[in-house]
Amino acid sequence: SSHEYKLNFKKSKEACLIYIQDALLQKQWKRAAEFLTCYVESLEKDYSREHIGPSEMIWRIGTEILWHHSQSNMKEFNCFMEQMKTLGVKRYLKVCLEHVFHLLCNGQIDEAYQNLSLAESWRFGEQTAIQDKEMKLIQAYRGLLDYYSWSKQKNILLEHGEDGFSDLAVEQEMHSYFRKAAVNLKEIIKIPGVWDIFVKCYVDLLEFYGDHNEARQVLNEYAYNSKFPANPNAHVYLYQFLKRQGESKKSLISALKILHDIVPSHELMIDFNTMLQKSKKRKKRRLGLEVIFAALDYAGWKENAKAWSCLARQVKQIVISEKHLDWIKQEWNSRKDWWPAFHFSRYLAKRNWQENKNLSYEKALVAGILLGKDCKYFKYVSHQGCKAQLKRFRMLKKFVNRHNPVYLRISG
Amino acid sequence: RDFNERCAQCSEVNWGLTDGGRFYCRSCHNVTERTREVVNTDFITNSRVQTISKGLRKQEKNDGGCEWYICEGFQLVLKKQAEALEALGVCPQMKDEILCNFWRCYLQKSKQAYCKRPAGETVKTLSACESSTDVDSDPERPSLLHLLSLSESDGDLQTDCSFASSVSKVSESTSVYSGSVDGSLYLMKNQKEKLRMTMPMTLSFCYMALLWLREPITLSELLRFVVEGHIPYLNVFQHFPEKMKLCGLDLKIFCVESWPVYEEVFNKMHELAAFLDLPRFPDITDSCFLHPDMLCMKYLMEANLPDELHNWTCRVVKKIGIGEVDFLTLMPGNKSTRKVKYDVLAAAVIVVVLKLLFLLDDHYEWLLSEFAEERNKNNTEGVPYFELKKWYEVVKHSLDVEQKKLDEERAKYLWRCEKPLFYSVKNKSKVLKRRQMVVNLQNQFGKLSGSVQRAEKPNPSSFQLSWSEENTDGSCFHGHSLKGVLQEKCGLLRAMNPDYWLCTVKLCNEKLCGHLAHYREVEFPQSYHFVLGLFSFLLRIQPSYIHDEVCMIEHKLFGKKLCKKLKYNTVLRK
Repeated sequence: SSHEYKLNFKKSKEACLIYIQDALLQKQWKRAAEFLTCYVESLEKDYSREHIGPSEMIWRIGTEILWHHSQSNMKEFNCFMEQMKTLGVKRYLKVCLEHVFHLLCNGQIDEAYQNLSLAESWRFGEQTAIQDKEMKLIQAYRGLLDYYSWSKQKNILLEHGEDGFSDLAVEQEMHSYFRKAAVNLKEIIKIPGVWDIFVKCYVDLLEFYGDHNEARQVLNEYAYNSKFPANPNAHVYLYQFLKRQGESKKSLISALKILHDIVPSHELMIDFNTMLQKSKKRKKRRLGLEVIFAALDYAGWKENAKAWSCLARQVKQIVISEKHLDWIKQEWNSRKDWWPAFHFSRYLAKRNWQENKNLSYEKALVAGILLGKDCKYFKYVSHQGCKAQLKRFRMLKKFVNRHNPVYLRISG
Repeated sequence: RDFNERCAQCSEVNWGLTDGGRFYCRSCHNVTERTREVVNTDFITNSRVQTISKGLRKQEKNDGGCEWYICEGFQLVLKKQAEALEALGVCPQMKDEILCNFWRCYLQKSKQAYCKRPAGETVKTLSACESSTDVDSDPERPSLLHLLSLSESDGDLQTDCSFASSVSKVSESTSVYSGSVDGSLYLMKNQKEKLRMTMPMTLSFCYMALLWLREPITLSELLRFVVEGHIPYLNVFQHFPEKMKLCGLDLKIFCVESWPVYEEVFNKMHELAAFLDLPRFPDITDSCFLHPDMLCMKYLMEANLPDELHNWTCRVVKKIGIGEVDFLTLMPGNKSTRKVKYDVLAAAVIVVVLKLLFLLDDHYEWLLSEFAEERNKNNTEGVPYFELKKWYEVVKHSLDVEQKKLDEERAKYLWRCEKPLFYSVKNKSKVLKRRQMVVNLQNQFGKLSGSVQRAEKPNPSSFQLSWSEENTDGSCFHGHSLKGVLQEKCGLLRAMNPDYWLCTVKLCNEKLCGHLAHYREVEFPQSYHFVLGLFSFLLRIQPSYIHDEVCMIEHKLFGKKLCKKLKYNTVLRK
């Protein structure tokens, strides 16, 4: 804008796109549609040198507008998508896939399935080979919908089973869906990628039919194959599977170890710490302490009474046994500068006491050990607790007073 | 056939035709003995004339088309443009006589018609497969890619390449590359020799005719009407008759994908006037619309400035002699005089006057405004003193609103039309399919645009900004008095401002670098930039063009003083 009185086709359409972009960002769908109407004639011009051509622009922008515009409906949307499919053969499968996503979002499972099947049967010379990845995705999603159908049949069967009936037709259908789903899901998870939902569903199928070995192999591959991107969920799925299978603590712990490395704040860290604390091996207990301290470094855990109770338990146990105080010292060393303000301020003491007595109890214990009986947090909470004549707080006070020298050793 | 001669009786150049085919002077009705020699006086597709000079030709081809030549196409374009101008109020003479005759003169001079077919002009059949990598190809035969690259229009090379490759396999006659007979030949011609016709040049023709008749339309207005769609230009080929099939290289010639540029149309017009050996144009006197005094009045009104400023513009005009007939009237072929851009000149005069009265150094003008504001508080004269600050606020607001509208229009500009364009018959179906899809999408999203439908193009108007004295909000400054910035001395009104700053001390050599000065916004006061911007918007040209004219005027105005000062300095140093 401003003082540019020359204009050509290209500049005009560039300006048009900027207006569309602004309108989209401000959710002004009518205005976006207005400018898009002017933009579409770009289709008649050749843009093969540009990175993103007008046909792709129109597809993406049009999709957004039709999805959000109040006067638009699914019929219009579908009609538009069909047009977009004919526009760019190089994008055909991608457009199909996105169309399917929209249908699923709108709850139109059957239409989505039809579109996937149709797309699967598409052939177009060398393009078929070039768009191989998209084809795999399409097959995978069809497999997913097959899984969904399998799941429905399974539920029907289970209901009937309770009544004592067994429906052969339903069973056969269920198995047929299983076969279809399994084939496609197995294929996609071979390719390195993030396939959480496919893996989950596939494992579910395998477990149902008793193929635990295959399930274990799949999950191991997914979690440990270095070609696959680092994915915390992979470890979570493996852990959950092993737990279901009743595996030993040892293998459970090893499954969670990497999760701790990748995501120290993961919610499973509580389970992890609990297992580690109980271990007979010194290294494991040491690790347990590390794990729980690391988890509480994160703001999301500040008010988690369970986490604090884990830490409190372990700290208490160490203090009583008077062994391995250096563990606490080590962990506290890097935290003593900021944990006091982060967890143990007077304000938090008041708030915790008001909102969650359990939380304040556990925290007070930890604070009392780490910061001594004269620290703000402990003083406030124990005073309040004793005032309220709660027995455990009186015990807490005694405990911390008794072990105050420990604090001196830790902080020194 | 020298219809440009001055009438023996009244010296006017205003010819008409009697029934007997003789020239008569419209001003004094003096009939001459000169007669028209051309067979057909009607301004239609002069196929007959073509046929006479070029011999018989086939009328019908297989697809219902006929043979047609590029210049016939341009002739149609000119006709349409002239009709549109007539509808805008231009006198019919322009279309029936002036433009028509200019065109014929051009055809003759460029040897496209009205002459014996120059030797070797039979259209060569360019056979297929002219890739530039082909070693065996005849070096005289131009490759298709070469032809496409010669064209000035900014089509994308990719389409050209794909077109070239798709056509390379065919080995028919010339009609493969273009619907017209001589499309490829046209692009091949050495343009320096014969002033090859282009779409922008049609506007040059129009402007030339308008100037000849001294019609009250400036070039900037003409171009604005083109952009607003009142004069056919973009997609004018859709009015070609059905049998004139357009394809291939014709598209390069007739399809426009950019707004016409002032400089280009202006320069071409002068080239054309010289090329046609036209005599001195009719005089631009002080009663003409194009005279700076007149145009200044118009622009002052449009810029919402006080009418009193007109006295000052007239004074400046008189002082530097730019109101003289000889200065203003076009003398084609005269390379020594600077070509006059009437509209830009008038705007520049106003800018200079504003500088004279208000200095515009981002400081003094606001002081003056405050001073006027104070005086206005006790003003009992009924006519308020002009306050620059108020004017600035009002005008800036309107300007911003209009500029915003214009920017949106630029983004919403539609370039394509219903008539499909295809490079070759091969991609016709693809083009038609695309067109259909575009129309479908336009319908679909057009409905979702809500109540905001594309408005009908506004009626053409000469004024883009209008201010009414009837508005009680004081937003019209026409009647305001300049007393606030003037002072009386010896019975004369002089500017209170004693200073002036020159835009540039030395003018550049226009022939070398194309400009008299180089305008960069950061180097000049904001007020100056604003004023340039205002006229830049009204005329739809870059501020730098107005800046050039301002420099030119300043040098005429202060040139002597400047020289004296320099001389004086050198004397002192000695």
